[in-house]
Amino acid sequence: MAARATTALARRPASEPGGVLGVFRGWTRRIGGEAVEEKLARLTSQANEYGVDPFGLDLEFSKAAIAPVLWLYKHYFRVETHGVENIPTGRVLLISNHSGQLPFDGAMIGVATLVEPEHPRMVRAMIEKWVPTLPYFSTLFSRLGQVVGTPENCRRLLAQDETILVFPEGAKGINKLYRSAYQLQEFGNGFMRLALQSKTSIVPVAVVGAEEQAAALADLKTLARLLGMPAFPLVLQGLPLPLPVKYRIYFGEPMCFTGGADEEDQEVEKKVRQVKATIQAMLNEGLRERRHIFW
Amino acid sequence: MPNAVVITGISGNLGRALAKLLHRHHRVVGIDRRPMQGKPKDLELFQIDLRRKKVEDVFRRGDVKALIHLGIMHDPRMSQEEHHTFNVYGTSQVLEYAARYKVPKVVVLSSSTVYGPSPNNDNFLSEDAPLMAGQRFSDIRDLVEVDMYAQQYMWKHPEVETVVLRPVHILGERIKNAPSNYLRLQNPITLAGFDPLVQLIHESDACRAMELALRPGLRGVYNVVGPGIVPLSSALQELGRRPIPLPHPVARALVQKLWEARLTSFPPPELDHIHFPCAVDGNRFVRDAGWKATLSLKETIRAVLGETPLKRPKATESAPAPVESASSPASLRG
Repeated sequence: MAARATTALARRPASEPGGVLGVFRGWTRRIGGEAVEEKLARLTSQANEYGVDPFGLDLEFSKAAIAPVLWLYKHYFRVETHGVENIPTGRVLLISNHSGQLPFDGAMIGVATLVEPEHPRMVRAMIEKWVPTLPYFSTLFSRLGQVVGTPENCRRLLAQDETILVFPEGAKGINKLYRSAYQLQEFGNGFMRLALQSKTSIVPVAVVGAEEQAAALADLKTLARLLGMPAFPLVLQGLPLPLPVKYRIYFGEPMCFTGGADEEDQEVEKKVRQVKATIQAMLNEGLRERRHIFW
Repeated sequence: MPNAVVITGISGNLGRALAKLLHRHHRVVGIDRRPMQGKPKDLELFQIDLRRKKVEDVFRRGDVKALIHLGIMHDPRMSQEEHHTFNVYGTSQVLEYAARYKVPKVVVLSSSTVYGPSPNNDNFLSEDAPLMAGQRFSDIRDLVEVDMYAQQYMWKHPEVETVVLRPVHILGERIKNAPSNYLRLQNPITLAGFDPLVQLIHESDACRAMELALRPGLRGVYNVVGPGIVPLSSALQELGRRPIPLPHPVARALVQKLWEARLTSFPPPELDHIHFPCAVDGNRFVRDAGWKATLSLKETIRAVLGETPLKRPKATESAPAPVESASSPASLRG
């Protein structure tokens, strides 16, 4: 890694940042309380003297910037998590369903893995190639340690024992119409090849609730293409801003697969189907337990 | 016993720095059509155009042990045709002479910009990544072609140890390339909401990398990285710059107009470099050659101010350039 070559990584002094960053840092502390504060303090990164790691993650910035997301987690979506103890130590691939038009599900999984487990971890989500073309979002996602989902990036991060979040349905999942809610769309195979290659265990994740945050009735595909967007959903509330639904996130038991990374598609697909079936079962179970969309 | 190292493009700023580094341990022979300022006495200069047949005379004596080819022209205002023949034809000529006179080592200086900045890029491009720079910026096709030619030469002449170096943006006090010029601006344009990670290398480290490439046994294509990677905004902050953020469509239109009016030396497609990432993985050179940049990130960035780390007295560390406070409105990290 370019960074490994960079020795003498001076840590930035732990002094509190000023300005806007400082205000947000205070909010993070207020919303999260002592328990979260203590966990955030334990996070480390391979930061250089300018405070960023090789993938652009700026930990101090992130601790401040998560304040609004933390608020959504605690007070808006009132996220309930199950099975965080299933996330093993070391490198891991979190494979989740994707829904809700805007990727709040990713953000909530990210917060869950920061604040819920004994050992907090900074999840790296494999993001859409569309994001780096968006002003502000491109920078924001990069400083939060989120990385464009290319196989090479994923390989590199797994080699560093990172926690990777993949939505194998991609845009097809997040932008699906409400009539297909909680029906998993087609899964890509890429994550399985990477898991086999790097012998990484897979933790299936099911997010229940996000489908109802912005129920799409139609997708204006032509308009989306004109605007260069992956989709242009028409949602109940007009703008695809999320309704205050209740989130339930289920982390399943880790699944380990054996086999070669260059197996034929058919063989890999079989394993992908196992993961997909597990997540679908977790979703169904979660839906059965759910009494109400909003609480 | 052949003992001369031939450097093309020796009269340029990088060429002179390289000559200064090498001539203490090697007999250096230079080729350039420009005169060389501050030429060391023991250095022999052939002041000829690379495309001329006379270049063959340099090799004819058969005493050349290595060729380092920097003779690539970057002047964006020069006519495309002149550029192209000088760069591509010139390269093929000089490399052919090297093969004919059995020069055992050929080092070609390419650049990591051959991969081209793109929103779809891997965060760290390996040497095997396709060279896509020409996709959006046709002037850089020369450089891509020179790089490809050098790779082809490597296969055609297995008896020659060919090394293609692709260093990241080279910075130096006198270096006149786009990244150094950009960082020297007091109020550089930035693209609002975009802050790509950039990799930089000090000119002296770049020269050391070329010296390292002379090592017997080493051949191949290598990315050469400096001391690390930083967001563009951090580099600008380190230099105390006050950037002017503009929405990217506005910035592109503006630079296009300025370029047409000959008011800027930055070709409009260069904006891609402050828009999208083009960072490389330098591990192969580290593994095969034991490469390590000697200067820190801070020293590398500040090189454009002319603070060479050797000359800089310790006391002036913070004195010359006022470092902007962390709450600059232009920076997202503010």
